[in-house]
Amino acid sequence: MNWSRRQTLQTAGGIGLHGALAAIGLVPAAALAQAQAFDHAVFQAKTMADAIKALGAGAPAESKDVMINSPDIAENGAVVPVGIRSAIPNTDFMALLVDKNPNALAGAYRILEGAEADVNMRIKMGQSSDVVAIVRADGKYYMAKKEIKVTLGGCGG
Amino acid sequence: MADPMRIRATVKEGVADVRVLMAHEMETGQRKDASGKVIPAWHISEVTASLNGKAVLVAYWGPAISKNPFLQFKVKGAKAGDKVTVSWVDNKGDKRTDEATVS
Repeated sequence: MNWSRRQTLQTAGGIGLHGALAAIGLVPAAALAQAQAFDHAVFQAKTMADAIKALGAGAPAESKDVMINSPDIAENGAVVPVGIRSAIPNTDFMALLVDKNPNALAGAYRILEGAEADVNMRIKMGQSSDVVAIVRADGKYYMAKKEIKVTLGGCGG
Repeated sequence: MADPMRIRATVKEGVADVRVLMAHEMETGQRKDASGKVIPAWHISEVTASLNGKAVLVAYWGPAISKNPFLQFKVKGAKAGDKVTVSWVDNKGDKRTDEATVS
């Protein structure tokens, strides 16, 4: 049990519940030791620009070494397979943002030692939109952008 | 307790390809029920993957990840017989940990 860690998490993120959970061991201690606190408030950012700012990414440079692997046209917006891959050495953080979703950030990944900067997931998209991958390597931010057309939205009931 | 995850891990030339399918509702907090009330968000917020007990990937998720989330990632330096452990925590504090062996 690491109390200073707990306090850090709670004060840093305003995510007290999460911090408390982590401290009582619901999240493996090994992960905590390596992962710094991640502020889940970033997920509240409404627009792409706000989300990039909240991630602290500043003005990421567009890079050919960041790849978004997804279909150009997604038939079902509830399940859009998207992969992000970075060929930049020392990539330690990747995030995927969807411009026109109610909250821009879809997922963020901390790449620890041993893992490759190559992650695939399935996301929801409310409508056709640009998706942006943000990658951090050696403290610098890079990005790639791709438009995905959605024929059936994923947020409706 | 949520349903178990399905984890497949196959190794090829020292790189393990890990695929995880989790069972989770992933409610967005955007939808409304029949009476017009917003259904509160309920989604996995954090996923941690480890190889032989050493964390290799941490994922932070919002509600925009699809229902029954799928995650695929690659781990270097893995060999057959290694243990892959994946745990998630959702925003209600529910959690689940599953383990698979690299083949």
